[in-house]
Amino acid sequence: MTHSLLSLNEKDRSKMPLEYSTEEGDLRIVGFWIFLAAELVLFGTLFGTYLVLQSHTAGGPTAKDLFEIGPVMAETIVLLVSSFTCGLSTIELRRHNKKGLIGWLIVTILLGLVFVGLEVNEFYTYAVHEGAPLSRSAFLSGFFVLLGTHGCHVSLGIVWIIGILLQLARRGITPVTARKAFMVGLYWHFLDVVWIFIFTAVYLTGLVI
Amino acid sequence: MNENQNQVTKQTHAAFPWKQVIGLFMSLALTFFALWIAVGLSLPVPVTITIIVGLAIVQAFIQLFMFMHVTEGTEPVHQLIGILFGIYVAFVVVAGTLWILAYAL
Repeated sequence: MTHSLLSLNEKDRSKMPLEYSTEEGDLRIVGFWIFLAAELVLFGTLFGTYLVLQSHTAGGPTAKDLFEIGPVMAETIVLLVSSFTCGLSTIELRRHNKKGLIGWLIVTILLGLVFVGLEVNEFYTYAVHEGAPLSRSAFLSGFFVLLGTHGCHVSLGIVWIIGILLQLARRGITPVTARKAFMVGLYWHFLDVVWIFIFTAVYLTGLVI
Repeated sequence: MNENQNQVTKQTHAAFPWKQVIGLFMSLALTFFALWIAVGLSLPVPVTITIIVGLAIVQAFIQLFMFMHVTEGTEPVHQLIGILFGIYVAFVVVAGTLWILAYAL
């Protein structure tokens, strides 16, 4: 009776990938999913705000005036491919291939840096050249807060992956570093999911309406 | 060390990552399809928005199942319930906000 329904016996657990090989790692991953669910709600509030304020341009530039499809597609493709390379890093993790794991994580952060660079350039163009800073209208406040929150998450993700790369280089693939590498992968894919909705609800919708 | 024991059972030799590659191409295809619907066609606005939001939801589920392994783990039902509840609350927040403030859109 000491075994709860939640805990598997050791024999079953040893068949699982390394990140699930201890009960602690297992529970932390479930906890991280709960964190991602909360992040989903955070972005939900920002999407709701943006969609209501989208038409409140106060005589300033509208979504149609500002958005250009070229840079937006570049950002989208870079982030999609980075999500793919991050998925490949998880495969290398499952193969216990430290070099492959580190290599794909480095590719992922490089693509992440390109994405952040493109986004900063886009923000700079809007705010400086197009006369559309955050304070110009409710539409732009909603836009910069939603996109900025996502961009901050990506930047944080880059710093986090660098930290995990240092640990992987020093300690190798252990149950603990495997769990951390897996969790940062979940985080990165999650940011891509949020971007899909930004692409659709902000950019495509902005070009249509 | 623990990982060396697992290494024997876990090492599957360099199988091609089909799941990831298919996920990537489906995501790219859906992205360009949504772009074409929005920019290339001139459908009525409500129709366009319904289609592109539908495509975004499909793409999000591709990420969730093909890249994020949401059904993995010892008891995946816990994380599935958590993430579904998150999706539900986010949906209620967005749809509820738009509904209540429809007069201000």
